[in-house]
Amino acid sequence: MTDAPLLEVRNLTRRYKLPRQSLLRAPPVLTALEGAAFSLCAGETLGVVGESGSGKSTLARLIMAFERPDEGEVLFQRRDLHGLSSGELRRLRRGFQMVFQDPFGSLNPRRRIGWSIAEPLRASGETEHLGYRVAEALTQVGLHSADAGKYPHEFSGGQRQRIAIARAIITRPALLVADEAVSALDVSIQAQILNLLMDLQDDLGLGMVFISHDLAVVGSVCDRVLVLQHGKTLESGAALDVLRAPKHPYTKTLLKAAGVRP
Amino acid sequence: MIELANLSAHFGDAAALRDVTLTIQRGDQLGIVGESGSGKTLLALCLMGMASDSAHLTGRLSIDGRDMARASERDWQQLRSRRVAMVFQEPMAALNPLRRVGDTVMEPMLLHEGLSRGEARKRALSLFEEVGIPNPDQRLRQFPHEMSGGQRQRVLIALALACNPALLIADEPTTALDANVALRITDLLQRLAREREMALVFISHDLAAVARATDDIVVMYAGDMVERGPTAEVLNAPAHPYTKGLLGARPDPGVAVRDVKGKRRRLPTIPGAVPPLHALPQGCRFSGRCPVELPCCAAQRPVFSQTDQARGAACHLLTERRDD
Repeated sequence: MTDAPLLEVRNLTRRYKLPRQSLLRAPPVLTALEGAAFSLCAGETLGVVGESGSGKSTLARLIMAFERPDEGEVLFQRRDLHGLSSGELRRLRRGFQMVFQDPFGSLNPRRRIGWSIAEPLRASGETEHLGYRVAEALTQVGLHSADAGKYPHEFSGGQRQRIAIARAIITRPALLVADEAVSALDVSIQAQILNLLMDLQDDLGLGMVFISHDLAVVGSVCDRVLVLQHGKTLESGAALDVLRAPKHPYTKTLLKAAGVRP
Repeated sequence: MIELANLSAHFGDAAALRDVTLTIQRGDQLGIVGESGSGKTLLALCLMGMASDSAHLTGRLSIDGRDMARASERDWQQLRSRRVAMVFQEPMAALNPLRRVGDTVMEPMLLHEGLSRGEARKRALSLFEEVGIPNPDQRLRQFPHEMSGGQRQRVLIALALACNPALLIADEPTTALDANVALRITDLLQRLAREREMALVFISHDLAAVARATDDIVVMYAGDMVERGPTAEVLNAPAHPYTKGLLGARPDPGVAVRDVKGKRRRLPTIPGAVPPLHALPQGCRFSGRCPVELPCCAAQRPVFSQTDQARGAACHLLTERRDD
Protein backbone atom coordinates (compact mmCIF):
# COMPACT_ATOMS: atom_id res chain seq x y z
CA MET A 1 0.00 0.00 0.00
CA THR A 2 1.28 3.44 -0.88
CA ASP A 3 1.48 6.33 1.55
CA ALA A 4 -0.82 8.76 -0.22
CA PRO A 5 -4.42 7.56 -0.22
CA LEU A 6 -5.96 6.68 -3.55
CA LEU A 7 -9.21 8.34 -2.62
CA GLU A 8 -9.91 10.89 0.04
CA VAL A 9 -13.38 12.11 0.85
CA ARG A 10 -13.56 15.19 3.05
CA ASN A 11 -16.67 16.50 4.79
CA LEU A 12 -18.92 15.60 1.87
CA THR A 13 -22.42 17.06 2.04
CA ARG A 14 -25.19 16.99 -0.52
CA ARG A 15 -28.60 18.61 -0.18
CA TYR A 16 -31.55 18.24 -2.51
CA LYS A 17 -34.36 20.75 -2.86
CA LEU A 18 -37.76 19.12 -2.49
CA PRO A 19 -40.88 20.30 -4.31
CA ARG A 20 -42.15 23.65 -3.02
CA GLN A 21 -45.03 23.26 -0.55
CA SER A 22 -46.15 26.87 -0.75
CA LEU A 23 -45.42 29.74 -3.09
CA LEU A 24 -44.44 31.99 -0.23
CA ARG A 25 -42.02 29.72 1.53
CA ALA A 26 -38.62 28.44 0.45
CA PRO A 27 -38.75 24.82 -0.75
CA PRO A 28 -37.86 22.25 1.91
CA VAL A 29 -34.38 20.78 1.72
CA LEU A 30 -33.38 17.15 2.15
CA THR A 31 -29.86 16.55 3.36
CA ALA A 32 -29.03 13.31 1.59
CA LEU A 33 -25.45 13.16 2.83
CA GLU A 34 -23.85 15.06 5.67
CA GLY A 35 -20.16 15.39 6.43
CA ALA A 36 -19.04 12.02 5.05
CA ALA A 37 -15.30 11.53 5.36
CA PHE A 38 -12.90 8.65 4.76
CA SER A 39 -9.77 7.72 2.88
CA LEU A 40 -8.99 4.63 0.88
CA CYS A 41 -5.64 3.16 -0.19
CA ALA A 42 -4.87 1.07 -3.24
CA GLY A 43 -5.85 -2.57 -2.77
CA GLU A 44 -8.14 -1.70 0.09
CA THR A 45 -11.92 -2.09 0.28
CA LEU A 46 -14.25 0.21 2.12
CA GLY A 47 -17.79 -1.00 2.70
CA VAL A 48 -20.64 1.50 2.85
CA VAL A 49 -23.73 0.05 4.52
CA GLY A 50 -27.16 1.55 4.83
CA GLU A 51 -30.73 1.22 3.66
CA SER A 52 -32.66 3.12 1.04
CA GLY A 53 -32.49 6.80 1.87
CA SER A 54 -29.28 6.45 3.85
CA GLY A 55 -27.26 8.42 1.29
CA LYS A 56 -25.07 5.57 0.10
CA SER A 57 -25.94 5.98 -3.58
CA THR A 58 -25.57 9.76 -3.27
CA LEU A 59 -22.07 9.12 -1.95
CA ALA A 60 -21.36 6.89 -4.96
CA ARG A 61 -22.56 9.55 -7.40
CA LEU A 62 -20.42 12.21 -5.73
CA ILE A 63 -17.31 10.00 -5.81
CA MET A 64 -17.98 9.24 -9.47
CA ALA A 65 -18.44 12.99 -10.08
CA PHE A 66 -21.86 12.42 -11.60
CA GLU A 67 -23.03 15.33 -9.50
CA ARG A 68 -21.51 18.08 -7.39
CA PRO A 69 -21.45 18.25 -3.60
CA ASP A 70 -22.75 21.28 -1.69
CA GLU A 71 -19.78 21.07 0.62
CA GLY A 72 -16.62 19.05 0.84
CA GLU A 73 -14.11 17.51 -1.54
CA VAL A 74 -13.43 14.26 -3.35
CA LEU A 75 -9.71 13.82 -3.89
CA PHE A 76 -8.79 11.09 -6.34
CA GLN A 77 -5.03 10.59 -6.56
CA ARG A 78 -4.75 13.94 -4.76
CA ARG A 79 -6.79 15.89 -7.31
CA ASP A 80 -10.13 17.40 -6.38
CA LEU A 81 -12.60 15.91 -8.86
CA HIS A 82 -15.10 18.70 -8.41
CA GLY A 83 -12.53 21.40 -9.10
CA LEU A 84 -11.48 20.06 -12.52
CA SER A 85 -12.54 21.25 -15.95
CA SER A 86 -14.83 18.89 -17.81
CA GLY A 87 -12.01 17.93 -20.19
CA GLU A 88 -9.64 17.11 -17.36
CA LEU A 89 -12.37 15.16 -15.60
CA ARG A 90 -13.09 13.14 -18.73
CA ARG A 91 -9.43 12.17 -19.07
CA LEU A 92 -9.23 11.26 -15.38
CA ARG A 93 -12.43 9.17 -15.51
CA ARG A 94 -10.71 6.10 -16.83
CA GLY A 95 -9.04 5.88 -13.41
CA PHE A 96 -12.29 5.33 -11.53
CA GLN A 97 -15.17 3.22 -12.74
CA MET A 98 -18.48 2.00 -11.40
CA VAL A 99 -20.35 -1.32 -11.32
CA PHE A 100 -24.09 -0.82 -11.11
CA GLN A 101 -26.68 -2.96 -9.36
CA ASP A 102 -28.91 -3.97 -12.21
CA PRO A 103 -27.11 -5.83 -14.99
CA PHE A 104 -30.38 -5.95 -16.93
CA GLY A 105 -30.83 -2.21 -16.95
CA SER A 106 -27.23 -1.18 -17.46
CA LEU A 107 -26.52 -3.11 -20.67
CA ASN A 108 -28.02 -2.00 -23.97
CA PRO A 109 -30.20 -4.95 -25.04
CA ARG A 110 -29.79 -4.14 -28.75
CA ARG A 111 -26.00 -3.98 -28.79
CA ARG A 112 -23.55 -6.84 -28.70
CA ILE A 113 -21.87 -6.92 -25.31
CA GLY A 114 -18.46 -6.26 -26.87
CA TRP A 115 -19.76 -2.86 -27.91
CA SER A 116 -21.07 -2.11 -24.41
CA ILE A 117 -17.85 -3.22 -22.75
CA ALA A 118 -15.76 -0.96 -25.02
CA GLU A 119 -17.94 2.09 -24.30
CA PRO A 120 -15.78 3.54 -21.47
CA LEU A 121 -12.74 3.34 -23.75
CA ARG A 122 -14.50 5.21 -26.54
CA ALA A 123 -15.77 7.76 -24.03
CA SER A 124 -12.23 8.47 -22.87
CA GLY A 125 -11.09 8.93 -26.46
CA GLU A 126 -9.32 5.63 -27.06
CA THR A 127 -9.94 4.09 -30.45
CA GLU A 128 -7.13 1.59 -30.90
CA HIS A 129 -7.06 -2.13 -30.09
CA LEU A 130 -10.63 -2.03 -28.78
CA GLY A 131 -11.26 -5.66 -29.77
CA TYR A 132 -8.13 -6.84 -28.01
CA ARG A 133 -8.95 -4.88 -24.86
CA VAL A 134 -12.51 -6.27 -24.80
CA ALA A 135 -11.20 -9.82 -25.12
CA GLU A 136 -8.74 -9.19 -22.32
CA ALA A 137 -11.45 -7.80 -20.00
CA LEU A 138 -13.79 -10.70 -20.77
CA THR A 139 -11.10 -13.23 -19.88
CA GLN A 140 -10.32 -11.37 -16.67
CA VAL A 141 -13.91 -11.77 -15.48
CA GLY A 142 -14.06 -15.46 -16.38
CA LEU A 143 -15.92 -15.24 -19.69
CA HIS A 144 -14.69 -16.13 -23.19
CA SER A 145 -13.39 -13.60 -25.67
CA ALA A 146 -15.88 -15.00 -28.21
CA ASP A 147 -18.73 -13.85 -25.95
CA ALA A 148 -18.16 -10.30 -27.20
CA GLY A 149 -20.38 -11.06 -30.20
CA LYS A 150 -23.40 -12.08 -28.14
CA TYR A 151 -26.35 -10.05 -26.87
CA PRO A 152 -27.20 -9.47 -23.17
CA HIS A 153 -30.25 -11.76 -23.26
CA GLU A 154 -28.02 -14.71 -24.07
CA PHE A 155 -26.44 -14.52 -20.61
CA SER A 156 -27.62 -15.46 -17.12
CA GLY A 157 -27.86 -12.87 -14.34
CA GLY A 158 -24.47 -13.80 -12.90
CA GLN A 159 -22.81 -13.64 -16.32
CA ARG A 160 -24.38 -10.25 -16.97
CA GLN A 161 -22.88 -8.95 -13.75
CA ARG A 162 -19.50 -10.27 -14.96
CA ILE A 163 -20.03 -8.29 -18.16
CA ALA A 164 -20.77 -5.17 -16.11
CA ILE A 165 -17.52 -5.73 -14.22
CA ALA A 166 -15.60 -6.25 -17.47
CA ARG A 167 -16.89 -2.89 -18.64
CA ALA A 168 -15.72 -1.25 -15.43
CA ILE A 169 -12.18 -2.67 -15.51
CA ILE A 170 -11.52 -2.21 -19.24
CA THR A 171 -10.01 1.24 -18.70
CA ARG A 172 -7.61 -0.32 -16.16
CA PRO A 173 -8.90 1.86 -13.32
CA ALA A 174 -7.31 2.29 -9.91
CA LEU A 175 -10.65 2.62 -8.15
CA LEU A 176 -13.88 0.67 -8.47
CA VAL A 177 -17.18 1.86 -7.01
CA ALA A 178 -19.61 -1.05 -6.71
CA ASP A 179 -23.17 0.03 -5.86
CA GLU A 180 -25.22 -2.99 -4.72
CA ALA A 181 -23.29 -5.01 -7.29
CA VAL A 182 -24.44 -8.39 -5.99
CA SER A 183 -27.83 -7.56 -4.48
CA ALA A 184 -29.89 -8.82 -7.40
CA LEU A 185 -28.08 -12.18 -7.54
CA ASP A 186 -28.89 -15.55 -6.02
CA VAL A 187 -26.78 -16.58 -3.04
CA SER A 188 -24.59 -19.10 -4.89
CA ILE A 189 -23.94 -16.66 -7.76
CA GLN A 190 -23.36 -13.81 -5.32
CA ALA A 191 -20.42 -15.68 -3.77
CA GLN A 192 -18.90 -16.25 -7.24
CA ILE A 193 -19.08 -12.54 -8.07
CA LEU A 194 -17.68 -11.48 -4.68
CA ASN A 195 -14.74 -13.84 -5.22
CA LEU A 196 -14.22 -12.41 -8.69
CA LEU A 197 -14.08 -8.87 -7.28
CA MET A 198 -11.50 -10.01 -4.72
CA ASP A 199 -9.44 -11.76 -7.44
CA LEU A 200 -9.43 -8.60 -9.52
CA GLN A 201 -8.39 -6.53 -6.54
CA ASP A 202 -5.46 -8.84 -5.84
CA ASP A 203 -4.41 -8.95 -9.51
CA LEU A 204 -4.87 -5.29 -10.36
CA GLY A 205 -4.38 -3.65 -6.97
CA LEU A 206 -7.76 -1.95 -7.18
CA GLY A 207 -9.13 0.17 -4.39
CA MET A 208 -12.83 -0.44 -3.98
CA VAL A 209 -15.80 1.34 -2.46
CA PHE A 210 -18.35 -1.43 -1.94
CA ILE A 211 -21.88 -0.24 -1.28
CA SER A 212 -24.53 -2.63 0.05
CA HIS A 213 -27.49 -2.92 2.37
CA ASP A 214 -26.30 -6.39 3.40
CA LEU A 215 -23.88 -6.28 6.31
CA ALA A 216 -22.90 -9.94 5.92
CA VAL A 217 -21.81 -9.37 2.32
CA VAL A 218 -19.90 -6.23 3.27
CA GLY A 219 -18.20 -8.12 6.10
CA SER A 220 -16.96 -10.77 3.71
CA VAL A 221 -15.09 -8.45 1.32
CA CYS A 222 -14.32 -5.20 3.12
CA ASP A 223 -11.41 -4.09 5.28
CA ARG A 224 -13.29 -1.18 6.75
CA VAL A 225 -16.94 -0.29 7.08
CA LEU A 226 -18.92 2.95 7.16
CA VAL A 227 -22.51 2.73 8.41
CA LEU A 228 -24.86 5.41 7.10
CA GLN A 229 -28.37 6.32 8.17
CA HIS A 230 -30.32 9.33 6.88
CA GLY A 231 -27.11 10.71 5.40
CA LYS A 232 -25.19 10.69 8.67
CA THR A 233 -22.24 8.46 9.49
CA LEU A 234 -23.28 6.38 12.50
CA GLU A 235 -20.09 4.45 12.94
CA SER A 236 -17.00 3.45 11.04
CA GLY A 237 -14.01 1.25 11.66
CA ALA A 238 -12.35 -2.05 10.86
CA ALA A 239 -14.96 -4.43 9.42
CA LEU A 240 -14.40 -7.13 11.99
CA ASP A 241 -14.70 -4.69 14.92
CA VAL A 242 -17.95 -3.24 13.62
CA LEU A 243 -19.41 -6.69 12.91
CA ARG A 244 -18.31 -8.30 16.15
CA ALA A 245 -19.10 -5.39 18.43
CA PRO A 246 -21.46 -2.92 16.76
CA LYS A 247 -21.81 0.26 18.79
CA HIS A 248 -24.97 1.67 17.28
CA PRO A 249 -28.37 -0.04 17.72
CA TYR A 250 -29.04 0.48 14.01
CA THR A 251 -25.93 -1.51 13.10
CA LYS A 252 -27.18 -4.26 15.40
CA THR A 253 -30.48 -4.35 13.50
CA LEU A 254 -28.64 -4.64 10.20
CA LEU A 255 -26.56 -7.45 11.65
CA LYS A 256 -29.66 -9.23 12.93
CA ALA A 257 -31.23 -9.02 9.48
CA ALA A 258 -28.10 -10.52 7.94
CA GLY A 259 -27.69 -13.46 10.35
CA VAL A 260 -28.43 -16.96 9.14
CA ARG A 261 -28.52 -19.06 12.26
CA PRO A 262 -31.33 -18.26 14.69
CA MET B 1 -55.40 -29.65 5.97
CA ILE B 2 -53.30 -29.49 2.82
CA GLU B 3 -51.72 -32.56 1.35
CA LEU B 4 -49.46 -32.73 -1.68
CA ALA B 5 -48.50 -36.14 -3.01
CA ASN B 6 -46.14 -36.38 -6.00
CA LEU B 7 -47.40 -33.05 -7.28
CA SER B 8 -45.68 -32.17 -10.56
CA ALA B 9 -46.14 -29.25 -12.92
CA HIS B 10 -45.10 -29.54 -16.56
CA PHE B 11 -44.63 -26.84 -19.15
CA GLY B 12 -44.65 -28.88 -22.34
CA ASP B 13 -42.15 -31.67 -21.71
CA ALA B 14 -40.23 -29.92 -18.99
CA ALA B 15 -41.11 -30.60 -15.36
CA ALA B 16 -40.82 -27.27 -13.55
CA LEU B 17 -41.99 -28.97 -10.37
CA ARG B 18 -41.36 -32.65 -9.70
CA ASP B 19 -43.04 -34.97 -7.21
CA VAL B 20 -43.51 -32.56 -4.35
CA THR B 21 -44.87 -34.40 -1.36
CA LEU B 22 -45.72 -32.60 1.84
CA THR B 23 -48.51 -31.90 4.28
CA ILE B 24 -49.43 -28.63 5.93
CA GLN B 25 -51.44 -28.66 9.14
CA ARG B 26 -53.18 -25.86 10.96
CA GLY B 27 -50.59 -23.79 12.84
CA ASP B 28 -47.60 -25.02 10.81
CA GLN B 29 -45.00 -22.44 9.88
CA LEU B 30 -43.27 -23.77 6.82
CA GLY B 31 -40.43 -22.11 4.94
CA ILE B 32 -39.66 -22.80 1.30
CA VAL B 33 -36.18 -21.73 0.16
CA GLY B 34 -34.48 -21.93 -3.16
CA GLU B 35 -32.80 -19.77 -5.77
CA SER B 36 -34.50 -18.39 -8.84
CA GLY B 37 -35.71 -21.24 -11.01
CA SER B 38 -36.15 -23.59 -8.07
CA GLY B 39 -39.93 -23.74 -8.47
CA LYS B 40 -40.81 -22.17 -5.15
CA THR B 41 -43.13 -19.53 -6.58
CA LEU B 42 -44.73 -22.08 -8.91
CA LEU B 43 -45.46 -24.24 -5.88
CA ALA B 44 -47.17 -21.28 -4.22
CA LEU B 45 -49.22 -20.63 -7.34
CA CYS B 46 -50.27 -24.30 -7.36
CA LEU B 47 -51.54 -23.91 -3.81
CA MET B 48 -53.54 -20.87 -4.94
CA GLY B 49 -54.93 -22.62 -8.03
CA MET B 50 -53.21 -20.06 -10.22
CA ALA B 51 -50.76 -22.33 -12.03
CA SER B 52 -53.09 -24.58 -13.98
CA ASP B 53 -53.65 -22.14 -16.87
CA SER B 54 -50.16 -22.53 -18.21
CA ALA B 55 -48.81 -25.60 -16.43
CA HIS B 56 -50.07 -29.16 -16.59
CA LEU B 57 -50.48 -30.54 -13.07
CA THR B 58 -50.24 -34.20 -12.13
CA GLY B 59 -50.31 -35.89 -8.75
CA ARG B 60 -52.44 -35.03 -5.78
CA LEU B 61 -53.12 -31.60 -4.34
CA SER B 62 -55.77 -31.89 -1.71
CA ILE B 63 -57.16 -29.07 0.36
CA ASP B 64 -59.57 -29.98 3.18
CA GLY B 65 -59.74 -33.48 1.69
CA ARG B 66 -60.76 -32.30 -1.80
CA ASP B 67 -58.44 -33.01 -4.70
CA MET B 68 -57.84 -29.69 -6.39
CA ALA B 69 -55.15 -30.66 -8.91
CA ARG B 70 -57.66 -30.65 -11.74
CA ALA B 71 -60.31 -28.45 -10.15
CA SER B 72 -62.09 -25.77 -12.16
CA GLU B 73 -61.58 -22.05 -11.69
CA ARG B 74 -65.02 -21.96 -10.11
CA ASP B 75 -64.03 -24.47 -7.43
CA TRP B 76 -60.87 -22.51 -6.70
CA GLN B 77 -62.84 -19.31 -6.24
CA GLN B 78 -64.63 -21.02 -3.37
CA LEU B 79 -61.32 -21.63 -1.63
CA ARG B 80 -59.27 -18.55 -2.44
CA SER B 81 -59.26 -15.88 0.21
CA ARG B 82 -61.43 -18.01 2.52
CA ARG B 83 -59.15 -21.06 2.87
CA VAL B 84 -55.90 -20.03 1.18
CA ALA B 85 -54.65 -16.49 0.63
CA MET B 86 -51.40 -15.06 -0.61
CA VAL B 87 -49.16 -12.07 0.03
CA PHE B 88 -47.23 -11.22 -3.11
CA GLN B 89 -43.70 -9.96 -3.45
CA GLU B 90 -44.23 -6.59 -5.09
CA PRO B 91 -46.66 -4.58 -2.97
CA MET B 92 -46.77 -1.81 -5.56
CA ALA B 93 -47.63 -4.18 -8.39
CA ALA B 94 -50.15 -6.18 -6.36
CA LEU B 95 -52.27 -3.18 -5.41
CA ASN B 96 -54.46 -1.34 -7.89
CA PRO B 97 -52.95 2.15 -8.05
CA LEU B 98 -56.30 3.73 -8.97
CA ARG B 99 -58.24 2.36 -6.00
CA ARG B 100 -58.19 3.42 -2.39
CA VAL B 101 -56.53 0.68 -0.34
CA GLY B 102 -59.63 0.38 1.83
CA ASP B 103 -61.77 -0.58 -1.18
CA THR B 104 -59.18 -3.15 -2.25
CA VAL B 105 -59.12 -4.74 1.21
CA MET B 106 -62.94 -4.77 1.42
CA GLU B 107 -63.43 -6.38 -1.99
CA PRO B 108 -63.01 -10.05 -1.00
CA MET B 109 -65.39 -9.56 1.95
CA LEU B 110 -68.09 -8.15 -0.32
CA LEU B 111 -67.43 -10.77 -2.97
CA HIS B 112 -66.97 -13.94 -0.96
CA GLU B 113 -68.90 -13.33 2.22
CA GLY B 114 -71.61 -10.96 1.01
CA LEU B 115 -70.95 -8.45 3.78
CA SER B 116 -72.51 -5.02 3.55
CA ARG B 117 -70.15 -2.10 2.92
CA GLY B 118 -70.55 -0.95 6.50
CA GLU B 119 -69.65 -4.38 7.93
CA ALA B 120 -66.74 -4.73 5.54
CA ARG B 121 -65.42 -1.30 6.51
CA LYS B 122 -65.56 -2.24 10.17
CA ARG B 123 -63.62 -5.42 9.55
CA ALA B 124 -61.08 -3.60 7.35
CA LEU B 125 -60.52 -1.12 10.19
CA SER B 126 -59.83 -3.84 12.71
CA LEU B 127 -57.57 -5.66 10.22
CA PHE B 128 -55.53 -2.49 9.69
CA GLU B 129 -55.13 -2.23 13.44
CA GLU B 130 -54.17 -5.89 13.69
CA VAL B 131 -51.41 -5.55 11.08
CA GLY B 132 -50.09 -2.39 12.71
CA ILE B 133 -51.18 0.43 10.42
CA PRO B 134 -51.56 3.62 12.47
CA ASN B 135 -54.59 5.92 11.87
CA PRO B 136 -56.52 3.16 10.06
CA ASP B 137 -59.50 5.46 9.54
CA GLN B 138 -57.45 7.83 7.43
CA ARG B 139 -55.31 5.13 5.82
CA LEU B 140 -58.32 3.29 4.39
CA ARG B 141 -58.99 6.29 2.17
CA GLN B 142 -55.43 6.55 0.83
CA PHE B 143 -54.03 5.36 -2.46
CA PRO B 144 -51.06 2.94 -2.65
CA HIS B 145 -48.63 5.66 -3.78
CA GLU B 146 -49.30 7.62 -0.60
CA MET B 147 -47.86 4.83 1.54
CA SER B 148 -44.34 3.55 2.24
CA GLY B 149 -43.21 0.11 1.10
CA GLY B 150 -43.63 -1.37 4.56
CA GLN B 151 -47.13 0.09 4.93
CA ARG B 152 -48.11 -1.27 1.51
CA GLN B 153 -46.90 -4.71 2.53
CA ARG B 154 -49.06 -4.44 5.66
CA VAL B 155 -52.06 -3.52 3.48
CA LEU B 156 -51.41 -6.64 1.39
CA ILE B 157 -51.31 -8.74 4.53
CA ALA B 158 -54.60 -7.22 5.69
CA LEU B 159 -56.03 -7.99 2.24
CA ALA B 160 -54.89 -11.61 2.49
CA LEU B 161 -56.46 -11.90 5.94
CA ALA B 162 -59.75 -10.31 4.83
CA CYS B 163 -61.71 -13.57 4.78
CA ASN B 164 -59.92 -15.33 7.60
CA PRO B 165 -57.91 -17.90 5.60
CA ALA B 166 -56.64 -21.11 7.15
CA LEU B 167 -53.41 -20.89 5.16
CA LEU B 168 -51.44 -17.76 4.39
CA ILE B 169 -48.79 -17.99 1.67
CA ALA B 170 -46.20 -15.22 1.67
CA ASP B 171 -44.02 -15.14 -1.45
CA GLU B 172 -40.82 -13.18 -0.80
CA PRO B 173 -42.76 -10.80 1.44
CA THR B 174 -39.66 -8.98 2.68
CA THR B 175 -37.38 -9.01 -0.36
CA ALA B 176 -38.22 -5.49 -1.52
CA LEU B 177 -37.97 -4.01 1.99
CA ASP B 178 -35.21 -2.49 4.12
CA ALA B 179 -33.70 -4.62 6.89
CA ASN B 180 -35.53 -2.85 9.71
CA VAL B 181 -38.92 -3.07 8.03
CA ALA B 182 -38.29 -6.62 6.83
CA LEU B 183 -37.65 -7.78 10.39
CA ARG B 184 -40.90 -6.21 11.55
CA ILE B 185 -42.94 -7.72 8.70
CA THR B 186 -41.48 -11.16 9.39
CA ASP B 187 -42.35 -10.86 13.07
CA LEU B 188 -45.84 -9.65 12.17
CA LEU B 189 -46.49 -12.66 9.91
CA GLN B 190 -45.32 -15.01 12.61
CA ARG B 191 -47.44 -13.36 15.29
CA LEU B 192 -50.54 -13.38 13.06
CA ALA B 193 -50.07 -17.05 12.26
CA ARG B 194 -49.78 -17.89 15.95
CA GLU B 195 -52.68 -15.73 17.15
CA ARG B 196 -55.04 -16.84 14.41
CA GLU B 197 -53.88 -20.49 14.50
CA MET B 198 -53.34 -20.15 10.80
CA ALA B 199 -50.79 -22.10 8.74
CA LEU B 200 -48.03 -19.98 7.20
CA VAL B 201 -45.99 -20.83 4.13
CA PHE B 202 -43.06 -18.42 3.93
CA ILE B 203 -41.26 -18.46 0.60
CA SER B 204 -37.90 -16.76 0.26
CA HIS B 205 -34.44 -16.99 -1.23
CA ASP B 206 -33.21 -15.42 2.01
CA LEU B 207 -32.10 -18.10 4.46
CA ALA B 208 -31.88 -15.59 7.29
CA ALA B 209 -35.52 -14.57 6.89
CA VAL B 210 -36.72 -18.18 6.67
CA ALA B 211 -34.63 -19.13 9.69
CA ARG B 212 -36.37 -16.47 11.71
CA ALA B 213 -39.91 -17.04 10.52
CA THR B 214 -40.43 -20.79 10.34
CA ASP B 215 -40.37 -24.06 12.28
CA ASP B 216 -39.94 -26.34 9.27
CA ILE B 217 -38.17 -25.85 5.99
CA VAL B 218 -38.29 -27.27 2.48
CA VAL B 219 -35.28 -26.68 0.23
CA MET B 220 -36.04 -26.64 -3.48
CA TYR B 221 -33.63 -26.95 -6.38
CA ALA B 222 -34.61 -26.81 -10.06
CA GLY B 223 -38.15 -28.01 -9.32
CA ASP B 224 -37.16 -30.80 -6.94
CA MET B 225 -37.66 -30.92 -3.21
CA VAL B 226 -34.11 -31.74 -2.13
CA GLU B 227 -34.37 -31.48 1.63
CA ARG B 228 -36.99 -31.11 4.32
CA GLY B 229 -36.98 -30.95 8.10
CA PRO B 230 -37.11 -28.73 11.19
CA THR B 231 -35.60 -25.36 10.23
CA ALA B 232 -33.01 -25.18 12.99
CA GLU B 233 -31.83 -28.77 12.38
CA VAL B 234 -31.57 -28.38 8.63
CA LEU B 235 -29.65 -25.11 8.88
CA ASN B 236 -27.31 -26.37 11.59
CA ALA B 237 -26.64 -29.76 10.01
CA PRO B 238 -27.71 -29.79 6.36
CA ALA B 239 -27.91 -33.24 4.76
CA HIS B 240 -28.08 -32.39 1.06
CA PRO B 241 -24.97 -31.06 -0.71
CA TYR B 242 -27.04 -28.24 -2.22
CA THR B 243 -28.27 -27.06 1.18
CA LYS B 244 -24.68 -27.24 2.41
CA GLY B 245 -23.49 -25.23 -0.56
CA LEU B 246 -26.20 -22.64 -0.12
CA LEU B 247 -25.35 -22.16 3.55
CA GLY B 248 -21.62 -22.07 2.85
CA ALA B 249 -21.95 -19.47 0.10
CA ARG B 250 -23.74 -17.17 2.50
CA PRO B 251 -21.09 -14.86 3.98
CA ASP B 252 -20.53 -15.30 7.71
CA PRO B 253 -20.24 -11.90 9.42
CA GLY B 254 -18.04 -13.30 12.18
CA VAL B 255 -15.10 -14.33 9.98
CA ALA B 256 -12.17 -11.97 9.30
CA VAL B 257 -11.84 -10.76 5.71
CA ARG B 258 -8.14 -11.52 5.52
CA ASP B 259 -6.21 -14.57 6.70
CA VAL B 260 -3.03 -14.38 8.80
CA LYS B 261 -0.95 -13.61 5.72
CA GLY B 262 -3.14 -10.63 4.92
CA LYS B 263 -4.74 -12.28 1.90
CA ARG B 264 -8.47 -11.91 1.39
CA ARG B 265 -10.37 -15.11 2.08
CA ARG B 266 -12.51 -16.39 -0.76
CA LEU B 267 -16.07 -17.50 -0.15
CA PRO B 268 -17.02 -21.11 -0.76
CA THR B 269 -19.13 -21.27 -3.93
CA ILE B 270 -21.39 -23.60 -5.82
CA PRO B 271 -19.91 -23.68 -9.33
CA GLY B 272 -22.10 -22.91 -12.34
CA ALA B 273 -25.71 -21.77 -12.25
CA VAL B 274 -29.19 -23.31 -11.95
CA PRO B 275 -29.76 -24.98 -15.34
CA PRO B 276 -32.59 -23.63 -17.49
CA LEU B 277 -35.78 -25.68 -17.79
CA HIS B 278 -34.92 -27.00 -21.25
CA ALA B 279 -31.46 -28.21 -20.26
CA LEU B 280 -32.01 -30.02 -16.97
CA PRO B 281 -29.68 -32.95 -16.20
CA GLN B 282 -31.12 -36.45 -16.62
CA GLY B 283 -30.61 -37.85 -13.14
CA CYS B 284 -30.13 -35.70 -10.06
CA ARG B 285 -30.75 -32.12 -11.13
CA PHE B 286 -27.88 -30.93 -8.95
CA SER B 287 -25.41 -33.18 -10.77
CA GLY B 288 -22.76 -31.22 -12.60
CA ARG B 289 -22.62 -28.66 -9.78
CA CYS B 290 -22.38 -31.08 -6.89
CA PRO B 291 -19.02 -31.33 -5.09
CA VAL B 292 -19.52 -34.93 -3.94
CA GLU B 293 -21.01 -36.48 -7.05
CA LEU B 294 -21.19 -40.28 -7.37
CA PRO B 295 -21.04 -42.15 -10.69
CA CYS B 296 -24.78 -42.87 -10.56
CA CYS B 297 -25.83 -39.24 -9.99
CA ALA B 298 -25.85 -38.01 -13.58
CA ALA B 299 -28.04 -40.84 -14.88
CA GLN B 300 -30.20 -41.87 -11.98
CA ARG B 301 -32.61 -39.72 -10.07
CA PRO B 302 -32.29 -39.95 -6.27
CA VAL B 303 -35.41 -40.84 -4.32
CA PHE B 304 -36.54 -38.60 -1.53
CA SER B 305 -36.02 -40.63 1.61
CA GLN B 306 -36.53 -39.98 5.30
CA THR B 307 -33.35 -39.81 7.34
CA ASP B 308 -35.31 -39.76 10.56
CA GLN B 309 -38.91 -39.13 11.48
CA ALA B 310 -38.89 -35.42 10.78
CA ARG B 311 -36.14 -35.10 8.20
CA GLY B 312 -35.52 -36.24 4.68
CA ALA B 313 -33.48 -35.50 1.59
CA ALA B 314 -33.15 -36.58 -2.02
CA CYS B 315 -29.53 -37.58 -2.48
CA HIS B 316 -27.75 -40.77 -3.56
CA LEU B 317 -25.16 -40.23 -0.83
CA LEU B 318 -27.76 -40.79 1.87
CA THR B 319 -29.15 -44.01 0.40
CA GLU B 320 -25.62 -45.28 -0.40
CA ARG B 321 -24.59 -44.85 3.20
CA ARG B 322 -27.57 -46.74 4.47
CA ASP B 323 -26.86 -49.69 2.18
CA ASP B 324 -23.39 -50.13 3.65
